[in-house]
Amino acid sequence: MKVNGSTPPRIAYINARLLDPDSGLDAPGALLTENGRIADVGAGLFDAGVPENAEVVDCGGACLAPGLVDMRAQLGEPGQEHKETIHSAGRAAASGGITSIAALPNTNPVIDDEAGLEFVARRARESKLVKVYAYGALTRGCNSEEITEIGLLSEAGAVGFTDGVRAIANAQVMRRALSYASVFDTVLLQHPIEPSLATGVMNGGELATYLGLAGSPAMAEVIMVERDLRLVEMTGGRYHASHVTTAAALDVIRKAKQRGLPVTCDTAPHYFTLNESAVGDYRTFAKVSPPLRSESDRQAVVEAIADGTIDAIASDHNPQDQDSKRLPFAAAADGIAGLETLFALSLVLVHESRLDMLGLLRRLTSGPAAILGLEAGRLRPGAPADFIVFDPDTPWTIDPDSFLGKCKNSPFEDHPVKGKVFRTVVDGRPIHVADTGNEAYT
Amino acid sequence: MARAEIVALLDLADGYVEVNRAATKKSNLLSGRTVINVFFETSTRTRTSFELAGKRLGADVINMEIAWSSIKKGETLIDTAMTLNAMHPDVLVVRAPDSGAVKLLSEKVNCAVVNAGDGSHEHPTQALLDALTIRRRKRRLEGLRVAICGDVAHSRVARSNIHLLNTLGAEVRVIAPPTLLPGGIEKMGVRAFTDMPKGLEGCDIVMMLRLQTERMQGSYVPSIREYFRFYGLDYEKLANAKPDALIMHPGPMNRGVEIDTVVADDIDRSVIREQVEMGVAVRMAVLDSLTRAFDSSLKAGGSA
Repeated sequence: MKVNGSTPPRIAYINARLLDPDSGLDAPGALLTENGRIADVGAGLFDAGVPENAEVVDCGGACLAPGLVDMRAQLGEPGQEHKETIHSAGRAAASGGITSIAALPNTNPVIDDEAGLEFVARRARESKLVKVYAYGALTRGCNSEEITEIGLLSEAGAVGFTDGVRAIANAQVMRRALSYASVFDTVLLQHPIEPSLATGVMNGGELATYLGLAGSPAMAEVIMVERDLRLVEMTGGRYHASHVTTAAALDVIRKAKQRGLPVTCDTAPHYFTLNESAVGDYRTFAKVSPPLRSESDRQAVVEAIADGTIDAIASDHNPQDQDSKRLPFAAAADGIAGLETLFALSLVLVHESRLDMLGLLRRLTSGPAAILGLEAGRLRPGAPADFIVFDPDTPWTIDPDSFLGKCKNSPFEDHPVKGKVFRTVVDGRPIHVADTGNEAYT
Repeated sequence: MARAEIVALLDLADGYVEVNRAATKKSNLLSGRTVINVFFETSTRTRTSFELAGKRLGADVINMEIAWSSIKKGETLIDTAMTLNAMHPDVLVVRAPDSGAVKLLSEKVNCAVVNAGDGSHEHPTQALLDALTIRRRKRRLEGLRVAICGDVAHSRVARSNIHLLNTLGAEVRVIAPPTLLPGGIEKMGVRAFTDMPKGLEGCDIVMMLRLQTERMQGSYVPSIREYFRFYGLDYEKLANAKPDALIMHPGPMNRGVEIDTVVADDIDRSVIREQVEMGVAVRMAVLDSLTRAFDSSLKAGGSA
């Protein structure tokens, strides 16, 4: 099978364990792609024989699930092409089982007009790998002052609005933005940190004190989330808290959901697999914003994923080169390159029995797709043929040097994980095919 | 104002429309009376309209433009009121940029005071002239569906029209982006819409409001372009209203912001020029009835 080559119009994926979190399907079966869409899918499909005019891929009993929808990643382009491009990120994402990415708008220039959105769309089209959606900046130039043309940008394809790694600190701006955006049924994503409190470089507490580093207290998160939820209650705007990291904030969101507020949230693998001790001996690869929190906060994140308070798991991909990371801790850039490890690190939750496979897949596929209003994340006839074939138990060791992305800033070096993606398919085109070591899988 | 008072004013104004269309417009009804237009906010159209109204009724009319910046303190406004009062005017026509300022001033003078617009609160003669315009075109107000569109939050025209149209039995809707819809507006007896085409459905009257330039850049709405796209009146959106729906605007218009030029100038639909004409007639009726009412009860400080 040639990657990126000419694709036969019909491919039958047989002998697969179909996993569709949207419908709850978990059964042996098959899937047929035709003209980029799922033509047919189901348990027992093709048991009586495959159609003659289709190419056949025998999955050898491996899992077949919707491709991952990564709702939070920085792709470096435009402006930081030395760290990542839409093409290099696309290759990395494909190998990690991601078929759709929503890119943050805090690029250079900022994506705050239609031209910016069209640029991202064009680069993704040229790259022909994963689907790249773009957020629009919520304020012009991410300056936290003037809201952008939310209506026109939504029509031009923006899947939501955010200032990326900067919080909307001004409550009046946030109030008007939530209020205004409610007309266009789009979602606003907040980087939930009160910036006047979060002046440190790691989690505030004992370890920061021990290391002599300035700490950012956990309460900086819950203060912002609580403020925003009051504004949501007042305006009815749809709100999403990105990478929530603390027990206190999760508790507030849980209660808001119980009251029926239009609120969702996500987290990233580093927030449920690592705690602040990963900073250890000033390891800048573990420097992220918001910072890695305490062990009890980490456990609260796991709990919140399990009970559904957290709707999505995103890579929070933030590529940083050596020059940005090989610096004294306080001066080093935030960020973890996460596209290639998103799935394997998330599978830890299944292997540790915190979540069943469909539950995990929901947070990686249909969950984020629903927040962004994408038709991805489902195995359903007529849906785009965006899916992955994987084995959740194949062991491997994370080696950042082998990453396809341009930057290798991962704190998970030599981290043993289980779960390998054999094939990533976008619009019926296989964009990543790995050696399975299994002869049945051809 | 009660329904009967409004109807009486409109009936009186109807007569003045004919007077204003005649060659000789001047009467001596208010001969010897003094009307002072006290404008703490620049206004061309309202001030001129009141000035003409007073002059056509034979009154002596004086215009005063006072910078609001020199009046910021309540004390000073009251001082101004007392000073004016000492000159024995019969009517003060007052425009002020702060809501409630006209009422405060009226409490300190013993002549009739006409509110010519106070902040975001009220602009009663605008609502009366709008009502007169509608009544002359549609022969009625009762049962008409009226949409007031645009910057409702900061509009005194919207508030006065909501009161008056509700009193006269019209069905009032307001249409605006949520950032320009004030909280609790529905309690004033209107239906609020943020989707303009939906809000315009079945409307007999489409009243556009002026969007203040300082609200255009990013704080309330992101841009003029986006505002026009979603809240500017063009033929496409207007198609949702009744085919014979009238288009109104209190002026001054921002063409290409809240209203498409071709719609504003559509002689079959737009009654914007007519509103200006009705303005003079309504203000004549107000000055007329107010001086008469004031004569009959000399100590009550009336406020229209």
